[in-house]
Amino acid sequence: MILKLETILFIVFSAAAVFTAIMMITRRNPVASAVYLIVNFAMVSGIYLLLKAQFIAIIQVLVYMGAIMVLFLFVIMLLNLKDERKLSENFTYTKITAVLFSIALLGLMSVTIWFGFDKKYSELNMNAENIGKAEFLGKELFTTYSFPVLVVGILLTAAIIGAVVLAKKKFE
Amino acid sequence: MPEWLISLIITSVKILIVEVVLLTAVAYSVYAERRLSAFIQNRLGPNRVGPQGLFQPLVDVIKLVLKEDIVPDSANKFIHSLAPGISVAVALSTFAVIPFGDKIILFDREIKLQIADVNIGVLYILALLSLGVYGITLSGWSSNNKYSLLGGLRASAQMISYELAMGISVLGIILANGTLELDTIVANQFGWKWNIILQPLGFLTFLVSSFAETNRTPFDLPEAEQELVGGYHTEYSSMKFALFFLAEYANVVVASAFITTLFLGGWQFPYLQNFGLPAFWVSIIQVLTFCAKVFFMVIFFIWVRWTIPRFRYDQLMNLGWKVMLPIALVNLVITAAFLVLTK
Repeated sequence: MILKLETILFIVFSAAAVFTAIMMITRRNPVASAVYLIVNFAMVSGIYLLLKAQFIAIIQVLVYMGAIMVLFLFVIMLLNLKDERKLSENFTYTKITAVLFSIALLGLMSVTIWFGFDKKYSELNMNAENIGKAEFLGKELFTTYSFPVLVVGILLTAAIIGAVVLAKKKFE
Repeated sequence: MPEWLISLIITSVKILIVEVVLLTAVAYSVYAERRLSAFIQNRLGPNRVGPQGLFQPLVDVIKLVLKEDIVPDSANKFIHSLAPGISVAVALSTFAVIPFGDKIILFDREIKLQIADVNIGVLYILALLSLGVYGITLSGWSSNNKYSLLGGLRASAQMISYELAMGISVLGIILANGTLELDTIVANQFGWKWNIILQPLGFLTFLVSSFAETNRTPFDLPEAEQELVGGYHTEYSSMKFALFFLAEYANVVVASAFITTLFLGGWQFPYLQNFGLPAFWVSIIQVLTFCAKVFFMVIFFIWVRWTIPRFRYDQLMNLGWKVMLPIALVNLVITAAFLVLTK
């Protein structure tokens, strides 16, 4: 069997993404966790590129890696967080609930993948390949989905104002 | 030879040429900085090694390689070594999408003078520029030194703030051209229609933001010597320090190339087609035009550094959020209104 280049790249990216995700949640040092998460985002954006979603891939880099994670690192450094201790010393109800919910999520994902697997690529929506192009995405967002975009915009504005009010303790 | 092998060879050769030229340009922009600053301050600058001190960069590199590499005991060793690598890698890979010429015909084959022609070129550069902050932030944190940490924090706050103004000032151009491809943006700037004339406000905000993004004076707060010893690279020595140095000047060259591409017409030489030159020479002249424009912008970066004093931190933030961002937004609104009214 000859592997296509895309398949090889997909295996590399997804293996690296899973590996960095596991490393991210098991590190004790918060900065190390953040760095693994950044690498994870890079790998996911590589997978987007393989799906011909160039625009989404670059937005992933620009927004998640370039803005959000910078802020995360900024906060971690500013608070000068020390290594996490007592990670696996006692069982609490929170942890038991978390494990149950994780198993439920895994089951849900497995079922979805299992039943969705035998669908052929040709059966997918014809627009699936166009979604990676900025022109197509913009047109759809501002015509077909203009109302949800407006709602999200208002929501984000409210969130920003809320954050400013919370951050400014004395509001004169 | 199979077709894929030929295109692989062509791309590899293009990458090799671009990186060699870029690194040479970086080395000589350090030399230019030292000589020009000397002339501005009525000194001589390095003039001993070779004619007019032209071999100075070579000697500097040898000196830096031979120095002892010191890593602080309490530093996070892995990230401390990783950070300079991130800075340089990001700075050097940004050049991949910048078109440094139109097309050239060599050995009966049309070759595009751009390493990667992606349809999101502008966003690619903005994304990589925004990743450049990691090198500085992580180096500041991993050194375990308060001056380094402060430098890193300043760098991240500054770069996040100015990224916004930078992105919005590019939006005007994207709107007017209707594309994110850099080669189309350059191709549209024929004749006198350079974007610096069509989008003067956008050019102004973009230029100022570029200075802030490359951490150059008047915005070099992450390494303000008087307050922070050496800033984020206080604890670096030998080649790791040299990598930061390299990254800074590589960023200056790349920012100049980006400004040239977006606003100064890229490889366009106005009215060159009227001279009736053979196609090969037209291509060569276009590449040289691009190099000359980038060279001019690099000199401009140096000139500004030795002319304008550093901003205070609150002034920096005020300028970014209360002046640059509104101007960029006004530019965007004017461009959009103009496009709607003239359509």
